[in-house]
Amino acid sequence: MNKIIRVAALSGAVALALAACGSAPEDEATTPSSSAEPSTSASAGAVDYKACMVSDSGGFEDKSFNQSGAEGLDRAGSELGVTVNKVESTAATDFTPNIEQLLADKCNLIIGVGFLLEDPIQAAAVANPDVDFGLVDSSFSDPGATKNDPPVPVTLENGKPLLFNTQEAAFLAGYVAAGTSATGTVATFGGIQIPSVSIFMDGFADGVAQYNKDFSKTVKVLGWNKDQQKGSFTGDFEDQSKGQNIAKGFIDQGADVIMPVAGPVGLGAAAAAKDAGDVMIVGVDADWYNTAPDYKSIVLTSVIKEIGQSVFDTVDQASKGSFSSEPYVGTLENKGIDIAPFHDLDSKVPAEVKTKVEELKQQIISGELKVESPSQN
Amino acid sequence: MSPTTPPLPDAAVPPPADTGTAPLATGPDENRGQGILREIMSSSWVVTTLAIVLALVISGVLIAAADQEVQDAAVYFFARPADFFSAAWDAVSSAYVALFQGAVFDPTAATFAKAIKPLTETLTVSTPLILAGLGLGIGFRAGLFNIGAQGQIILGAVFAGYIGFTFDLPFPLHLLLAVIGAAIGGGMWAGIAGVLKARTGAHEVIVTIMLNSIAVYLIAYLLTTTPFQNPGSSNPISPPIPESAQYPLLLGDQFRLHAGFIVAILAAVFVWWLMGRSTIGFKWRAVGSNPHAARTAGISVNSAYIWVMVTAGALAGLAGSAQVLGTDKVLTADVAASFGFDAITVALLGRSKPLGTFMAGILFGALRAGGFAMQARTGTPIDIVLVVQSLVVLFIAAPPLVRAVFRLPAPGARRPRTPRSSTKEVAA
Repeated sequence: MNKIIRVAALSGAVALALAACGSAPEDEATTPSSSAEPSTSASAGAVDYKACMVSDSGGFEDKSFNQSGAEGLDRAGSELGVTVNKVESTAATDFTPNIEQLLADKCNLIIGVGFLLEDPIQAAAVANPDVDFGLVDSSFSDPGATKNDPPVPVTLENGKPLLFNTQEAAFLAGYVAAGTSATGTVATFGGIQIPSVSIFMDGFADGVAQYNKDFSKTVKVLGWNKDQQKGSFTGDFEDQSKGQNIAKGFIDQGADVIMPVAGPVGLGAAAAAKDAGDVMIVGVDADWYNTAPDYKSIVLTSVIKEIGQSVFDTVDQASKGSFSSEPYVGTLENKGIDIAPFHDLDSKVPAEVKTKVEELKQQIISGELKVESPSQN
Repeated sequence: MSPTTPPLPDAAVPPPADTGTAPLATGPDENRGQGILREIMSSSWVVTTLAIVLALVISGVLIAAADQEVQDAAVYFFARPADFFSAAWDAVSSAYVALFQGAVFDPTAATFAKAIKPLTETLTVSTPLILAGLGLGIGFRAGLFNIGAQGQIILGAVFAGYIGFTFDLPFPLHLLLAVIGAAIGGGMWAGIAGVLKARTGAHEVIVTIMLNSIAVYLIAYLLTTTPFQNPGSSNPISPPIPESAQYPLLLGDQFRLHAGFIVAILAAVFVWWLMGRSTIGFKWRAVGSNPHAARTAGISVNSAYIWVMVTAGALAGLAGSAQVLGTDKVLTADVAASFGFDAITVALLGRSKPLGTFMAGILFGALRAGGFAMQARTGTPIDIVLVVQSLVVLFIAAPPLVRAVFRLPAPGARRPRTPRSSTKEVAA
């Protein structure tokens, strides 16, 4: 008995002490029991508009395009005052049920991230003409007349493809890489061989070829052959150790600039490059100087793909009633894609390469120079 | 042996003295593994139900912990604990309400069709789980711990998909061929493990896990080759399956429920007959109970291993056909999602019996289908749903733990203090 009293007294004292730590908010009225609401960020005076997003199986924390898309949507939520709702898929079988749930949740705009969502988004767009849809990294198409015909591109009144001419920026990155390489060997590798990955590698290889032509050099590209569309892939977007191993292999073959197009797997390559000492990395999707600060001393440049911005712009237009099914195409011109500054490695890039890159950039923008890829949409 | 099965000779037959011809793997280790399997399978319905309840309770705690409002209220818990509890209650109840609305019946929907749609979604999602789970159950009862349903589903889907989008055939024939192809694909893949086990004693757990890996990379590779891609596209996604090879929809265009579910029902009945009423099933169960005794009794243990695996694989292959010919209508690299692994849970939860597996498959289908609603409506991370499933497995796999939590008596345990303990219970 004595013991129980002692424990009770002690816990009472502790409770009193802890009660002093946090104070309850006074205004009860502003905290209704709204936990039934999804993770919304509707601010005061919110717009009556709901923008929603479905990830592909990578999830929203993939440090790659799903994450960029989610960041764009969240920014739209906080800056435009629209309500947002994001759902994650764990496999391709989740796409349709997730879209169904968002439709039931009365979303005005539903954006699917990744080409794998093409069919589910298209089917939902056809079945729900009063809801707008967006699709990152793919356009819409119907199957060909017979099974041997290629799919026929279609335009949906309420479906907007968000596409990127990534090869243009990757071309410039390849040019810089070739111009900066001391060993005359550069390398690239991908996660899985899909168009949104190989488009980077095509541009990179073309950029190196352009440099060789301009300066009569023979810089080699390891890991990708544009003509055969064959190269090195780790097989997933998760296992960093594979990125590390594949990068080590390239470094052993003399490569001193590597562009990993594999989401987080690329960080493994950055680790291998840092270990090796004088090897540089070309980042993808975002400016790695900022997003991977551990490796900022070896980030030569990055191929930036502004998925977040494109999502933000789409939500912005749609919430103001001016949704258009016109595809958004990110280019060097509209800064939907770009290459990052050279930051700490600025002094390593020869001045004539810098001038040339600027020239090429203008030529691409003006349309004088065409950079193409079979993976282009 | 007559088709009407006498009770199994269980431990009545002593192990044969001559083990010279026994495969390497039938050592004491394997017998222990079978013992564990048997214990899991023999745990009572009460324990299974309590395991689910326990999993839901613990998940409720996790849902509350993951909720932003609960976290906010926890900061000033000691100043106003009521806030914390009401936030926690709101989070948990709304999550489970959404789970129910997404899995069974949604009274908030505009039309009746939309209101019952969740139930049909549950059945759609449970179809591959039931089919693969039935196959795994056969293996478990024959003493084979087959982890390979994932690979078998993939191979089934590859065969079904290839037949589906390559050939031009009229409706029932095309579907039938694709379905048979799926069964052959899955059966062949599992048969590899069966043959290796029978001929060399290679352990089926290791072989099937490796075959899973091979299947995953095989389908990834196949989808980069021209015959498996849409013409003029390099996306790793197959051409769509034509209608002539699709499972017909059961309830019209509004619902995704397709004839694959009928296949699952038929398969459950077939497995019930096979394992409960046929001579072959009797032999397989005998092998599962005691391979030495079965061998002494004149049953060919090796051929049983092979055919058990082939049957299990064929059922898993049908699960693949349900996905590619019914639900997805296209072949992608993650056509098998995690069905192959979830099916292990389904089979264990259903204690490897056809009816149990069927019900467990529907339960898991409901958890999955409801998970989508839980995520979309309450912002509960999809991972929590996976945690619920995993907790169910955890508790199913540890019957003594559940019995300890709920103070249940051990099954078959003698109770020496019968008179006293019973009066005590009444008093309490």
